[in-house]
Amino acid sequence: MSASISTEQIKTAQSQLDAHLDEIIQWHFSPETGCPYWLDWAKKNFDPRAEIESFSDMQKFPHFKDESLRDLQPEVWVPAKFKGRPFSIFETGGTTGMPKQRIGWEDYKVDYSEFSEKISDEHFPRNHFWLMMGPTGPRRLRLAIEHLANVRGSSCYFIDLDPRWVKKLITNKHFDQARAYMDHVVDQAVTILKNRKVSGLFTTPKLLEALSEKIDLWDAGIRGVFCGGTTMAPQYVRYIVEEVLEGRIGFYPTYGNTLMGLAASVPLRAEDKFSITYYAPQPRAVLRVVDPNNTTVLKNYGEWGRVELTTLTKEFFMPRFLERDEAIRREPRGPYAWDGVAEVRPFGAMEKTIVEGVY
Amino acid sequence: MSALPHIPVLRRGRPYESLDNNTVVDHRNGTVLAQVSTVNAGIIRKDLAKISESRAALKKFTVAQLIEICGKTGEQFLNGTLPFGDKGHTQSPQQYIETLSATSGLPHVMVRRNMAKIHQALTNMKTVLNGLTRGLDLSILDRGFGEQNGARVSYFPTTQALGLVMPSNSPAVNSLWLPAIPLKIPVIIKPGREEPWTPYRLIQAFIAAGCPAEAFGFYATDHEGAGEILRSCGRALIFGDKNTTAQYASNPAIQIHGPGFSKILIGEDEIEHWPDFIDVMVSAISDNGGRSCINASAVIVPKYAAEIAEALAKKLGPVQPTKSDDTNARLSGFANPKMAEYIDGSIEEGLKAPGASDVTAKYRGGTRKLEFEGGTYLRPTIVLCDSFNHTLANREFLCPYASVVEMPQSEMLKQIGPSLAVTAITKDPAFTEQLLESHLIERLNLGPLSTMNVSWDQPHEGNMFEFLYKRRSIEFAAK
Repeated sequence: MSASISTEQIKTAQSQLDAHLDEIIQWHFSPETGCPYWLDWAKKNFDPRAEIESFSDMQKFPHFKDESLRDLQPEVWVPAKFKGRPFSIFETGGTTGMPKQRIGWEDYKVDYSEFSEKISDEHFPRNHFWLMMGPTGPRRLRLAIEHLANVRGSSCYFIDLDPRWVKKLITNKHFDQARAYMDHVVDQAVTILKNRKVSGLFTTPKLLEALSEKIDLWDAGIRGVFCGGTTMAPQYVRYIVEEVLEGRIGFYPTYGNTLMGLAASVPLRAEDKFSITYYAPQPRAVLRVVDPNNTTVLKNYGEWGRVELTTLTKEFFMPRFLERDEAIRREPRGPYAWDGVAEVRPFGAMEKTIVEGVY
Repeated sequence: MSALPHIPVLRRGRPYESLDNNTVVDHRNGTVLAQVSTVNAGIIRKDLAKISESRAALKKFTVAQLIEICGKTGEQFLNGTLPFGDKGHTQSPQQYIETLSATSGLPHVMVRRNMAKIHQALTNMKTVLNGLTRGLDLSILDRGFGEQNGARVSYFPTTQALGLVMPSNSPAVNSLWLPAIPLKIPVIIKPGREEPWTPYRLIQAFIAAGCPAEAFGFYATDHEGAGEILRSCGRALIFGDKNTTAQYASNPAIQIHGPGFSKILIGEDEIEHWPDFIDVMVSAISDNGGRSCINASAVIVPKYAAEIAEALAKKLGPVQPTKSDDTNARLSGFANPKMAEYIDGSIEEGLKAPGASDVTAKYRGGTRKLEFEGGTYLRPTIVLCDSFNHTLANREFLCPYASVVEMPQSEMLKQIGPSLAVTAITKDPAFTEQLLESHLIERLNLGPLSTMNVSWDQPHEGNMFEFLYKRRSIEFAAK
């Protein structure tokens, strides 16, 4: 365990999580506040208000099946207390067919306002300009990044990348078209950087790499890069830090998705050897690294396992969802008094080729 | 010093230890012999952006000086104890032979032969370049222009770097890129997965001989990285089968070195003497473990096919795997046993089609594929085919393999298809003229010479000088 986090701090964080969990369970499973989906679920299964007292009791829930986010109408997820308030509809990846959707109101603002406190003014100067080059469209990320820029007094330019199209191109081996599309996206970013003052950049690692080959990021004014979206193994992180950002532009890797929000990474130390560890925005979300063959069992620190996500906000309750990712379980590290997940990569990445493309 | 050698990436000569690495293992027992740093395509692109600095380092030398360096490099490669990775290890010639043999499956005697070929190419670089340039005064390349045979000439480089995606199965193919250095073109090498040793040792030999380290890029990398080398270097060489190389077939900037489909043809005028040529045929089929693209993979004769197949089978069928240091070793082990399995399966599948028989089977006294002291081997195979259309008639495998097919001499050049090296045993002037006219043959040996008999001053597979330089017309205003 990191010296900066005491056993006492860990216990306090667990107590805070249990208290938050109690509040969320009461909210989602009480008829006056809960949503149709979970109220109906409780009738068919058990009443969590009576059975869930601490986070360890969450094992009583089965793994959440995200197909319901695709198969059911979004209204079933509206808590009674929010009835009548228009909501945002955010979509997860998807390549073909009906995508999975999560609805929301303020969660993304909460997540990204909190994240704003974790990035430095040196790298993301306040009252300036940002550029987002990545998946916008129906994604939570687009609004989230704009909110993040706004809470720092900044405005954001956007260049879209449609990851569903990229995945199709790569799956169908249309590599030339995928490359041409990536060039098309990156060229737009170059144009913005050449003609506008921008200091903060959000993008995916592959696009960042491609952008750096077309323009000198430092000379273009970029001081901080906030990155997410795909696997970043240690050597790749080293390459981004040392070669792409030349050790002088701040790098903030994140792990997140529409269902969780945003897990920030702790700053890299020499002894980390470029292995990035992410910490969930607990208590609003909890990440566990579990044995894929027996998901009730946590892996030991330093071991690989499948990532399990539990989301606990008043807008969205999702117990024990098995992400399509695997990671190394890491010990708590300041300022986070709970477990981290490191070197996240697609589940089974060592056994099969995963299409990640430029996203 | 770390116990295990580590082969770094060389970024314009500078060692770079990656956080990602491959292990290279002894093919017989899985013992890890070294770790090899691997990098992503982005790092290669980053370095290629500054490749003009590498070329500038070579341009400080004249071609003549670089030829002299090549001579010293040849001696260092053959006899020197050279740096082996970046953890303080060194490698003697004997250690090189043992390590390469352990990972590639090549017996020591074949490694030594490959070493000798590379040494010969380096120490005869002046002759090699003379052949490639057809006698050009090489100082013209230093100045960019000059006069040759009374004509004004000017040459310019077609690229700033030569990319190489190397195979693991035959160290001597490294001799193909050697002329690039005296021609002042830096090399960007992706070594074969099981054979980083030869290009790394060559680079160290060049540096020890006084060549600027900046001239060398050495990148163990993934599929994307290999693609980047091929796409971005301006000129590149790739080795592999049709599946690997087909996508580059129409790209003039990429020279493909695939299967050779080399052949022996015997003319009607010489066929009655066929017993005299059996030893030449055996040598052409089986030297270097039958792994080269210039090994004969088909023997085409106007008659006596069955008798010739029988005679070849009698000589080759009993050949067995031996200890790797046996001076009489004739077979190579497979670094990847699945490859042996695939080849054995392909031959067996082909034999199911009517019209072919494995003549060697009765002389082998056992299976074609076998394990010996932990290694996997394929024993020689001679297949008698009743037609050149048979699926096994024009195949090339990574082992001593050849078909024997009977057809009239008048049909031979219509049917053989592209053939890298052809030995034509004939004295018939008309047939000889047809052979000389044929666009299907890259290297032609007339008379009883092995297909393996090639000469460095006559390129048999692409001309490196013409690949790396182009002639332009030039004129100067009168002073």
